[in-house]
Amino acid sequence: MISVTKLTKAYGHVLAVDNISFEVDKGQIVGFLGPNGAGKSTTLRILTCYLPPTSGSATVNGFDIFHQSDQVRQNLGYLPENVPLYLEMKVEEYLDFRGRLRGMDRPTRKKRIDYVVERCWLGAVRGRVIGRLSKGFRQRVGLADALLHNPAVLILDEPTVGLDPTQIRETRKLIKDLGGQHTLLLSTHILPEVEAVCDRAIVIASGRIVAQGSPDELRASRRMQARVLVECRGPAEQVKNTLARVAGVSKVEILNGEQRPGEGYVVAAIRPQETRDVREEVARTIIQSGWPLREIRLEHATLEEFFVQVTANQAMAAEQKG
Amino acid sequence: MKRAPVIARREISSYFYSPIAYVAMFLFLVAAGYLFWRDFVPGQPAGMRNIFDWMVWVLVFIIPVLSMGLLSQEWSTGTIEPLMTAPIDETDVVIGKFLGAFGFFVVLMVPTLLYVVLLKLYSQAELGPIFSGYLGILLVGALFVAVGLFCSSLTRSQVIAAVTAVAILFLITIVPWEMLRVEGSTLGGAWRTVADQGVFNRYADFSRGVINLAHIVFFVAVTSVFLFLTVKVLESRRWK
Repeated sequence: MISVTKLTKAYGHVLAVDNISFEVDKGQIVGFLGPNGAGKSTTLRILTCYLPPTSGSATVNGFDIFHQSDQVRQNLGYLPENVPLYLEMKVEEYLDFRGRLRGMDRPTRKKRIDYVVERCWLGAVRGRVIGRLSKGFRQRVGLADALLHNPAVLILDEPTVGLDPTQIRETRKLIKDLGGQHTLLLSTHILPEVEAVCDRAIVIASGRIVAQGSPDELRASRRMQARVLVECRGPAEQVKNTLARVAGVSKVEILNGEQRPGEGYVVAAIRPQETRDVREEVARTIIQSGWPLREIRLEHATLEEFFVQVTANQAMAAEQKG
Repeated sequence: MKRAPVIARREISSYFYSPIAYVAMFLFLVAAGYLFWRDFVPGQPAGMRNIFDWMVWVLVFIIPVLSMGLLSQEWSTGTIEPLMTAPIDETDVVIGKFLGAFGFFVVLMVPTLLYVVLLKLYSQAELGPIFSGYLGILLVGALFVAVGLFCSSLTRSQVIAAVTAVAILFLITIVPWEMLRVEGSTLGGAWRTVADQGVFNRYADFSRGVINLAHIVFFVAVTSVFLFLTVKVLESRRWK
């Protein structure tokens, strides 16, 4: 449905998107995951024909984004970042304008507006001025606009940014519902979001694809960077050495400096090998050693750590190859 | 260019939500009313030539205010992105915006028809020069809107757009007029030729009752050039 081949976008000397290729199959929901400034929006803007690529090519729904930009735009619904809208217009008026812009006739417009208003829960604000709506409602107006012409492909740039938790949950549910009928590509910098709604994730950092896979695969590679934090009362050196001998533990660090536990306590960070969960073993060892245990918890890598790790792994792999 | 009317329609209706447009409308009508009131006295020739001439001056300041937001606002709020990712092209947008602002300008002119009625009721006014004067003012308005739209495409700031537009309009309208007025008889050669191209000098024939095809061609051509340049500015985001 979406096919991207060696896409590159340079702004002057800066490479915003660096030679990326990927595919999105029909009916899939694919998450485009990356920290801010990774090149997500630029890629989406290229796919929606707003910006041309510096080199490389892409097709959406079988149409070339460069040579068949009109057909691409007819088959595509797009929710830009921050949802720019004409604030002085009423919701229904705006959707009607967008329908006219797409050349929909009056009966079709009426039917589709009724449909998207219901689908995006806009019934209550149908006649309200967009400028007076909350961020959550504006987001839905943007979504309604993207859905208006029943496009085969939907491209959503950070669809849940700036929403409150309830709205985020509702928006994610809507996105999930839309999968199957539509092919969806959405960008986000929130890892759990990808895990919650996407069939597949493409991780991008500094304009390059650094990882791809299902949420399960991602979760697994994320667990690799998880660590177990332990707080107990005992002599630091001894705790460290004992824990390092536990099966499945690859490294133990004492974090007393940064964590500042109470007098006599030790905070240790334990990195497990591969994907093993070492919590039970660690707890047993501590109890057996007679050190009072105050806390034990699994700490997931933050997205930044995850990106650093993924990029570092890639660099290592490249070195080993070379 | 099929979608230009859709954009024009939205643009006109958005004027009616904008306080700035109402202020501009108010100022324009007060100015036009004052000019008419000053001229509409016994013993004066029954015509609208004076009003028309002064109206050009007023438009140098009013039209940039009406056109400043046309594209700069699309840039600054980001609405240009959903607009350009709909299946329309740059020409649709530029022609649509132009027609929208020009349409509002025509709406602005409608109340002045009352003066024509008053003139006709209370005097033996000749309609010929009044008609040609209206034709001229519409052509001037179109040219000014095109300049304003062009300036609006260059920046995200409405203030900068308005100031630039006033500067350009001043340069092509009032400066040549001033050159001719101050040094009318002595101005020769190239300077004379330049000064004669001024909007005001070409417009003066219309308010005098002369419809000269060359002038019409001039206004249509310059308007088209500015619209063309605006299309190019919109397209330029693709070259960056």
